[in-house]
Amino acid sequence: MFCFSTYIPKPAHTVMRKHGDSPVICDLAVPKWLSMSSGCILALLQWVSSFHGSLFPHLTVSSLCSSEDMIAEFSQVLNWSDCVVRAFAWHPHTDKFAVALLDDSIKIYNPKSATTPTLKHRLQRNVAVVQWKPLCASALAVGCQNCLLVWHVDPCSLSTRPSAGCAHVLSHPGHAPVTSIAWSPSGSLLVSASPMDTAMMVWDVAAESCVPLQRVGGGGVTFLSWSPDGSHVLASTPSALFRVWETRMWTCERWPCIKGRCQSGCWSPDGSRLLFTVQDEAVIYSLTFTNTPAAVPSGTSKGPHAAVVVADLSETTFSTPDGDIIVGGEIQSLAWDPRGERLAVLLKGDPRAADRSPIIAVFKTRVSPIFELLPWFSRYLMLLLMFSLCSQCWSSGRITHVPFYFLSASIPRLGLSGSPTLPHVQERPADFANQSLFTEFIS
Amino acid sequence: MLRLLHLSAPLLARSALKRKSFMSIILFFLVICWRAAASIAWAVLLLPPSTAIFVILSKFSVLHPIQTISECFSMLTSATAIFSFILLCGVIIMVGFLNFEYYTVIPTIACSKIALFGQLLHPRQLVNSLVHCIMGMIVAWCSAVTIGFRYETLGHPCAQTDGYHQMCLNEYHLILLLGGAFVGFSHSLLGVIHNMNYVSFHTVQQYKYLRFKGCLPLVVKCSATQALYSVRNFIVVYYFLGYIPRTWICKTLNLHLGSSAHPLDSIAGLLDLSLLYHLWISATFLLFTWYITLLLFRIFLTEGYSFPVQSSFTEDADHCLPKVLTEKQPMILKFLALQDLALLSQHSPLRRCEVFSLSQPGGHPHNWNAISKECLSLLADLTQRLVAYHDTVATNGRAKSLSSGSERKTSSETSDFMSPRPTSPLTAPFTPDLDSPFMSPALRRLAAPVEQGSPWYGTVQSPHIMRRVKNFLAKRVLIVYLFNKLPEASSQALFADSQAHIWALEGLSYLVQASFSEDQFGVVQTTLPSILSCMLVLQEAVDRHFKLPHASSKPVRSTSSMGDSTYKTLRFALRATLKTAIYRITTTFGDHLNAVQLSAEHRKRLQQFLEYKE
Repeated sequence: MFCFSTYIPKPAHTVMRKHGDSPVICDLAVPKWLSMSSGCILALLQWVSSFHGSLFPHLTVSSLCSSEDMIAEFSQVLNWSDCVVRAFAWHPHTDKFAVALLDDSIKIYNPKSATTPTLKHRLQRNVAVVQWKPLCASALAVGCQNCLLVWHVDPCSLSTRPSAGCAHVLSHPGHAPVTSIAWSPSGSLLVSASPMDTAMMVWDVAAESCVPLQRVGGGGVTFLSWSPDGSHVLASTPSALFRVWETRMWTCERWPCIKGRCQSGCWSPDGSRLLFTVQDEAVIYSLTFTNTPAAVPSGTSKGPHAAVVVADLSETTFSTPDGDIIVGGEIQSLAWDPRGERLAVLLKGDPRAADRSPIIAVFKTRVSPIFELLPWFSRYLMLLLMFSLCSQCWSSGRITHVPFYFLSASIPRLGLSGSPTLPHVQERPADFANQSLFTEFIS
Repeated sequence: MLRLLHLSAPLLARSALKRKSFMSIILFFLVICWRAAASIAWAVLLLPPSTAIFVILSKFSVLHPIQTISECFSMLTSATAIFSFILLCGVIIMVGFLNFEYYTVIPTIACSKIALFGQLLHPRQLVNSLVHCIMGMIVAWCSAVTIGFRYETLGHPCAQTDGYHQMCLNEYHLILLLGGAFVGFSHSLLGVIHNMNYVSFHTVQQYKYLRFKGCLPLVVKCSATQALYSVRNFIVVYYFLGYIPRTWICKTLNLHLGSSAHPLDSIAGLLDLSLLYHLWISATFLLFTWYITLLLFRIFLTEGYSFPVQSSFTEDADHCLPKVLTEKQPMILKFLALQDLALLSQHSPLRRCEVFSLSQPGGHPHNWNAISKECLSLLADLTQRLVAYHDTVATNGRAKSLSSGSERKTSSETSDFMSPRPTSPLTAPFTPDLDSPFMSPALRRLAAPVEQGSPWYGTVQSPHIMRRVKNFLAKRVLIVYLFNKLPEASSQALFADSQAHIWALEGLSYLVQASFSEDQFGVVQTTLPSILSCMLVLQEAVDRHFKLPHASSKPVRSTSSMGDSTYKTLRFALRATLKTAIYRITTTFGDHLNAVQLSAEHRKRLQQFLEYKE
């Protein structure tokens, strides 16, 4: 069973105009000056309300749909509302993962243990995102419809149903639904975002306290991604604007997009490069950040002045022995492996065309000394994407792990790389390996 | 600014006696006093806008908006307004000075009600309350003058029946003044109860302006709600006791009560909405200005300070991080140094490089040795404290159960009464006392309720004796109420200064992590075994502590108070940081840790961490 969300958000100003477009003035015995002035007032009100809508798009968003629709809209999962697997997370250090299911339960699978703990909590509804705490064996953060939960699942426990006492509820008035969360790589802080809240919350989980970080413009916050070196956080908003926060003094850079909102993004392992995609565009942009020596007390990072397009994924037809296939289109999410050698891109496809199912395209990448992006192979019909071993969650609830065997180009950094080190056996035959899509030279 | 610094001179002179090094006084003066002075200056600068808003809100009338604005303008430029504004500035400076005098980075946690009363009745606190009371009255006088109208003066001429003019008491003025005094007094009391003088450090570093902006809505909310509660309480008090100050004022100033229809300590008199509004708005204004001063003080004081790791000049050596870390007093400098250590270990490769560097000449890693030694001694101190506490709790239970039967009945309670003597100078003075004079076993036995099995039951029958027993028990109930320990308070008291341990753990673990790639001379390797064993021992002690009752229960968080309740969750933060710190080291070094010399027990524990099973 495969079906797509047909919800298309309308632009804010059209909706506002529709609401105000009812000038009921009867013709009888109304002086002309009255109709004139009321018309003027009406026009003024409409203008003001449209201004309001563009200033606070999150308010418009909230008037348009329920929180469930909102999660579906801003989730990184394709077709979130019908997908059996709603969220998925690999543990950053060890072989285990958590899966959030349609019935609001979370299951934890560990190949080394026979028990699969099932996490249930009365506040755990409509799970949008799960993430394991780095440098910790047990803590799992869950972003749900009304709050944020942090579960402590003892890895040695044999219990299959940890009690609700193992979960800490983190909530802040107005901060719901939580559509995105990100742990700091050092495991000390957790940031959470909600499209309804203009503030991004930075949680000190143990102390259960939070610091709201708020800036004017953009509306809520929809997607967060913390760079692996811990220096930056990407925060996208429902409008055509995203921010990159620097985590030392928590200042931010504003990045207005031309077309739509920032849909997804991912960081290179050293935190120097951000790849992101914009809604309704089939290209991947790149931003580079030079880490200023932190001895400089200013703490601001000198960023680039404009993003560069590094890959164009617009529709292309390939002729194969089975017939022509069309690959490309809008991008749902991006994932980069912890060593920065493979980039997986989930392409939305077209729900109306039968032969245009969602596709995952994998690129071979190199971060240093120069950034390189080469097509590697592609695979069909995926809904959710998670790196480590590339794991793909299907709408049927099946999770496929595709082991990537490749020869690591660089010497693997001892201990620091988070993914389970794989035996490098052979290079997978790539379809278009010779074709260089993007190479950037750094002077 | 000079005047402010002059004000703080006696304080410096007093604390100088405690300090050995003259250099640390200079550093204290340079850093802390300067920060306090800057925060007070900013609070004074913020006074004009807040006063203007107060004037507009207090004089606003819906029916005559234009008139309100013109009145406000004429008000703001009048001589009395300028005089009262100068008074308000004086009050702010005084509040700022009190904040500076009374602040603490380690909260004092009262473990029982009696300890809390002790805190409230401490002479130092009584002075504080008195000063706040007077300042509240001054602010209320300023707001009475500002509001004008019927509140302006204390006396007003009134005509008596015989046509002879005399001065009558203006009760509206009086009630505003008393209200101000009451709010000031209750602010001071609540300050003790909510530990408002406790200054906590934030995990998220932000620029001062942004932090201030972020906290401003909270301050407005807190002052408005707190003013509401205080005014409610004041009205109740005034309703019952209002006649006392009124008659007293009338007698001393030779004023007449006047012939107004309603005296204000009646229900009809107090149900005046305009009066209530003015009481509330002036209380809000008072609390708002004071809270702003407090907030600015906290923000300025806790801002990160970057100490040099090493200096090429010997006279600056006392200002360097390793030296400041080891100083015991003043506590705030030690905390700032630890915070700086945690930040530099996380964010500054250049400064980390200085930590790992060798001395020239000699080639000794003095910086690393001093830093690691201090951090390890802090952690060892905490471990020792936890073990001592655990032993006290354990031995108490056993010792009592071995004694006579009547004693056994109370043993469970006794162990609740018992808590350790603070072993560290860091812990606060009002932590529970084992050998307090009130804590005799006899009293404890009396405090225990009469039980069915006891010889008392059944033998006492006559009503006379029953009544006596009842009275006796009622008194005991009060004693039990006063002496009974607040749950989890002893646990909070144990971890009261744990912010220092958290930074020490973070600093050490980040430095060890960085040493994997940055430490050229291997200076960290020599201390790695002791760091690991110290952390593992602490981990064991913390785990054991959290198995005690009340230790792992989460406190209720109050969001609508200016009091900082971070200290209530410090033990959880410490536990999480400790685990993360060990994981940080094991994840970085991985199997290399097998080459580190450790005891078999610690190696086993470490293996759990290496396999992600903790």
